[in-house]
Amino acid sequence: MNLILFTFIVLLGFTSYYFGRKKAYTIQSTKKRLTALPQFYGYYLAIWCAIPAFIIFSLWAIFEPTIVKLLILSDYSNQGYLDDELNLLYEKSKALSRGQFTGEITPFIEASAEKYLSLRSIAQSSKVVIVLSAIIASVAYAYKRISSNSRTREPVEKFLNAVLFTASLAAILTTVGIVFSLIFQTIDFFKVIPLFDFVFGTHWYPAKAFVRDSSEALDPTMYSDTFGAVPIFAGTFFIAFIAMCVAIPIGLMSGIYLAEYASTKVRQYAKPLIEILAGIPTVVYGFFAALTVGPFLKELGTSMGLEVSAESALAAGGVMGIMIIPFISSLSDDVITSVPQSLRDGSYAMGATKSETIKRVIFPAALPGIVGSILLGVSRAIGETMIVVMASGLAANLTLNPLESTSTITAQIVVILIGDQAFGDPKTQAAFALGMSLFLVTLCLNIVALRVVKKYREKYE
Amino acid sequence: MIKIKAKDVDVFYGKKQALFNISLGIEENQVTALIGPSGCGKSTFLRCLNRMNDVIDICNVKGEILINDFNINDKSCDVVRLREKIGMVFQKPNPFPKTLYENVSYGPTIHGMAQSKQEMDEIVETSLKKAALWEEVKDRLHEPGTGLSGGQQQRLCIARAISVRPEVILMDEPCSALDPIATAQIEELIDELKKEHTIIIVTHSMAQAARVSQNTGFFHLGQLIEHGSTDKIFKNPDNKKTQDYITGRFG
Repeated sequence: MNLILFTFIVLLGFTSYYFGRKKAYTIQSTKKRLTALPQFYGYYLAIWCAIPAFIIFSLWAIFEPTIVKLLILSDYSNQGYLDDELNLLYEKSKALSRGQFTGEITPFIEASAEKYLSLRSIAQSSKVVIVLSAIIASVAYAYKRISSNSRTREPVEKFLNAVLFTASLAAILTTVGIVFSLIFQTIDFFKVIPLFDFVFGTHWYPAKAFVRDSSEALDPTMYSDTFGAVPIFAGTFFIAFIAMCVAIPIGLMSGIYLAEYASTKVRQYAKPLIEILAGIPTVVYGFFAALTVGPFLKELGTSMGLEVSAESALAAGGVMGIMIIPFISSLSDDVITSVPQSLRDGSYAMGATKSETIKRVIFPAALPGIVGSILLGVSRAIGETMIVVMASGLAANLTLNPLESTSTITAQIVVILIGDQAFGDPKTQAAFALGMSLFLVTLCLNIVALRVVKKYREKYE
Repeated sequence: MIKIKAKDVDVFYGKKQALFNISLGIEENQVTALIGPSGCGKSTFLRCLNRMNDVIDICNVKGEILINDFNINDKSCDVVRLREKIGMVFQKPNPFPKTLYENVSYGPTIHGMAQSKQEMDEIVETSLKKAALWEEVKDRLHEPGTGLSGGQQQRLCIARAISVRPEVILMDEPCSALDPIATAQIEELIDELKKEHTIIIVTHSMAQAARVSQNTGFFHLGQLIEHGSTDKIFKNPDNKKTQDYITGRFG
């Protein structure tokens, strides 16, 4: 029903556009000069159609359920029901009206369900009538008003401005919403687990928390030495470090090669090929790391007399580095290419060789962009989950030996949230606390990155 | 005395020929101006003299260019040494995104011309003095070169070019992006520089060519139409095309 109404309104919008433009053409044919192009007259009318429709639809969506509920529950007033019971009655009658009710059906509930249905259908039809008449009224009003010297361009531009503003607002509000949902769960978590234990504790062993029967009373002491986040923070940074050790040199050098040395033809083929690497799903990298690189490293290590675990930080970090190469390579290639040719000419004309020019002129000029691409790579490395889960294991060892297995924040969130979870339980809330810390870490990283980039900009531009 | 001698120089961009059979002698310690309408090949010719056309993949240079009687198009020519001897100043000021000091010390550093910090300081100071920039910037040598005004930036580029004591300085429309006052400063500077350097300047302004140069070459459609002393070219040219261009009848 709503879909049909919506389609109809869209059609009405197109029609008003058509009529607005037509009226403009008619005015034009009388040799009068218009204040805007005919399309603007069309858009103007279409906006007069869209705005009332939008307003009425939103008001309806907000108030219809409340009003229906009030009307139904008014039957039960003065019968001494508690608020909770009333709510339950309402939900029961709603379920019954949809045919999803399984409990005992009392005549009361049946009556309410019928009333609910009739109210809904009244609401629906009155919505259709009100929306359509409002649209027609407003479009007709606007249609009468437009003349050769009416202002249509400015309202249309303002409307577009408002639409674009709303779009960016949606993105910002989503971020704020996510942060808030993290904050409250995190606060609950820290009510049970002391912040100090979380930040400085060296034992991460959430499996201990899984043992608890949720019917037992919550005893904070049983969680001591369970949620110490140091090992997984260390693991996160360690694996990211290994990844960047692989990605930065290779990515940067291939970026420089593509931008400065490769002929147009090589670049034309090589660049898309490298970018394909970025299109491989991380799961594929994950089993490549777990099934190919991990065992290979283990065998290599054994043949050299080293003890290498099949799931090692080295395997995960190395493969993660390969995954990040295209980001750094492609971005730094773009940045280096955008360094003005005049700087290269200036350097060559001084008798500098290609490598001197790159090292002394182009690289410093491109540095802000290169730093940006590296930090993007670091955020990818810190946020990467799948490769770690598959190739580096889930046990949070506190180690700096790349040949042992270790775990990261994201991998631990996966561990915690797989399977049954109970809300309000510290082990579930631990995931939120981890998410929050991860968010804070990447936020700091981004702030630092922006500072660095800005500092260089100030210096060089 | 002839410093540079071009013999039958042809330049091709891919299949398109840009310069035809250019033969020209450039006098030592004088200013030679190259004039002509846009796209006539004067800048291309200038870039042949320090082999800057090597940078362009599709560009192909034929013929001989003798500098001190040595053919720079010969395989044995070391481009790094050549460009040390032949400096260049570009149309748009292009200081490096580094400090003023680093801009000027760039050439001496890559050619290993200074053994100590003091020597480098001296080179930077003399170069900036010769470029008539020292007084304006001596207190902010360690600020970025890109923070200067357009005219100052161009003088910085001249200081950068003369820091390696080149024998020849090529200038590709060095004043086209500058205002009249900055232009006058650069022209004065050119007059001063010709005592120690041979200067070749490409310019669109005939008034500038008349003011700064002793010799003038007129290019048209990739050919050198006429070449001689500036006085003669501007007062009594042999060729009718030159006459027309000088008097503003075309171009």
